[in-house]
Amino acid sequence: MKLTGAQVIWETILQHGTNVVFGYPGGAILPTYDALVDYQDRVHHVLVRHEENAALAADAYFRATGKVGVCMATSGPGATNLVTGLANAMMDSSAVVAITGQVASHLVGSDAFQETDVTGVTLPITKHNYLVMDVNELPQVMAEAFYIARSGRPGPVLVDICKDVQQKMVDYEPITSVQMRGYRAIKPHGRQNIPTLLQRAKELIDQARRPVILAGQGIKHGNAHEEFRAFVEKSGIPVATTLLGIGVLSEDHPLNLRMMGMHGEAYVNQAIANADLLIALGMRFDDRVTGNLKTYAKNARVIHVDIDAAEINKNVPADVGIVGSVKDILRELTPMIEKRSYPTWMEQINEWRADTKARDVLNVELPDDMLLAPHVMRAIWEETKGECTICTDVGQHQMWETQYFQHTRKNQLITSGGLGTMGFALPAAIGAKFGRPDDEVWAIAGDGGFQMSIPELATVMQENLNIKIAIINNNFLGMVRQWQELMHNHRYSAVEMWTPDFVKLAQAYGMCGMRATNLKEAREVIRRAREHDGPVLIEFVVEKETNVFPMIQPGKSLNEMTRRPIQPAALGGGMEFMKEKAH
Amino acid sequence: MLIDRVEAQKNPTKHTLVALVENKPGVLNRVASLMRRRNFNIESLAVGTTEDPTISRMTFVIDASKTNAALVERNLYKLVNVIDVQDVTDLPTVVRELALIKVRVTDAQHRGEIKQIADMFQSRVVDVAKESVIIEVTGEEQKVDSILNVLQDYGILEVVRTGRIAMTRG
Repeated sequence: MKLTGAQVIWETILQHGTNVVFGYPGGAILPTYDALVDYQDRVHHVLVRHEENAALAADAYFRATGKVGVCMATSGPGATNLVTGLANAMMDSSAVVAITGQVASHLVGSDAFQETDVTGVTLPITKHNYLVMDVNELPQVMAEAFYIARSGRPGPVLVDICKDVQQKMVDYEPITSVQMRGYRAIKPHGRQNIPTLLQRAKELIDQARRPVILAGQGIKHGNAHEEFRAFVEKSGIPVATTLLGIGVLSEDHPLNLRMMGMHGEAYVNQAIANADLLIALGMRFDDRVTGNLKTYAKNARVIHVDIDAAEINKNVPADVGIVGSVKDILRELTPMIEKRSYPTWMEQINEWRADTKARDVLNVELPDDMLLAPHVMRAIWEETKGECTICTDVGQHQMWETQYFQHTRKNQLITSGGLGTMGFALPAAIGAKFGRPDDEVWAIAGDGGFQMSIPELATVMQENLNIKIAIINNNFLGMVRQWQELMHNHRYSAVEMWTPDFVKLAQAYGMCGMRATNLKEAREVIRRAREHDGPVLIEFVVEKETNVFPMIQPGKSLNEMTRRPIQPAALGGGMEFMKEKAH
Repeated sequence: MLIDRVEAQKNPTKHTLVALVENKPGVLNRVASLMRRRNFNIESLAVGTTEDPTISRMTFVIDASKTNAALVERNLYKLVNVIDVQDVTDLPTVVRELALIKVRVTDAQHRGEIKQIADMFQSRVVDVAKESVIIEVTGEEQKVDSILNVLQDYGILEVVRTGRIAMTRG
């Protein structure tokens, strides 16, 4: 059938099961928006207030649904505004297809109005990108874009399409399978012999006495939850997760130790530092996970399974490195191993865990005039009974969320891991709400990150999205302040933040706004927010200079962690104890 | 073949990678961008077409003491336009480089000496002018280095080298 390029774009999006597109129109993408009028009964376009948020929302939509997230922008400034969102999708391996308009093909290279070399700009932050100057290539390119974005290690793909290409006619038949000469979802590597590698992995597992599984997001992307759980339960090996791996196994599972790394609980990092075997599944040994590589898990053998061959031996040398999907590899490995448990090892870990629990800030009873962010996180968890999707921003509150919310559902936490993109929470909540319309969705942000996303409150209202927004306000860029306190000798530089009256701000957008300054109020507003049928913004005014502990300072080893101070039973002498550096 | 192995052993840290890539606009840019953002140190890169006009061939030389050659190989694989990558360092391989060397000549005696040197290196004088000659030399890098070293005393005006190209034997 004969279609315009613009129609080919919409047809391909629908063909791949995506019926929500986050975007912002402009001159060079106008023909595609014109065609949207004829597709609006099948595809819903969300008009964001900044293109970056379109990309972030598409990223979260992918994480919430497993379907490719699509964002759209015009040429030049529209397209360059996508950059942060695409870099975020690249670092966190999210399948996103970005469609951008480009000036007419005869003008490319002439510095035409709103012309930018967008494929050049986005080359290092996309899995692949295309500039389409001939409409005859468009159907194939669109099919390839979706295939590349979703297959293997997922990632963002940008398609830059000249305005005239969107207008021209082409013969179109839906492309159901893509054959590409270079691209294979999983690249063969070193002509690896998988049976031999699995046998060696089995031997290492048999010999281990203090093993730990390091579970990453690859388990989610490969939809390997079932296989993973079977492997964990048969092997009896405790699991530490990465930030993005949270939710691969319910956190109430007895073998789930919870999050590792810079702000992972001390006992988790102690277990890793003392392990004699690490089984890394779909994770990439990010520096926030390992600390100092020279001293990282010195006595541990390493089995590393990743779909991306380039991750094997990149940061941590693997005794056994296997390139493949975690699902396929575990299907073969689990039957090979013996059913075991490690009572002595678990006893040791539980001893460390008891020490961690004794230090917990939740043991502190707060005075009536004070609220701490960890208590807010715990209150949200308790009030929702953990039955919600949470999108966080980046910073202290993000780490407190991981520590004080117990995640039981897969992909329950949607957060910016690798890039650490401030402003992520609200657009992500928008994307997640479209992906999971029946789910309760919370956006948790700090006062800093939220001020990067404020315009999206208008999107929430325009789309009438029932999202609960929690702003943890300490009038600081909290994590930066913490670093300045601990590593720059309390020399606070550009971290104090004036904030607007968030309640009035919510009201200005026509949204319900509430505030809490102590724990009783906090619980009350959370309850009222959940009862309210519509978007709510809550400002939690928290103690200003609380730090996130434990913490492994950059470049330090896992066993050089700054522990939580041991908390007194009641606050007594103010908050000073919170600030002291304990070891 | 024996000579090639001996040469390989002399330079154990030099790795030669051969990549077949789609002959499309921007592919070299993708490769170069990858190398830069991964902080990979490339000593030489030679690109040319192959028997198949839709495929180009790239030969990389990597100092493995600075850059993990296996990681270069695997990252190249991640590029959608890269069809195949092979580290040929330990394979029996014919390795060549071509160089053009412009040397200053001051008199006829010099010119004769330079011609003799060129002959000894089995290379050719391909241009003769009043005050210079151009020598074309092919061979392994060491051979090119050697002739450059010998010609140094005469005054080298200009040098262009292609970088290493490699093809497995048989």
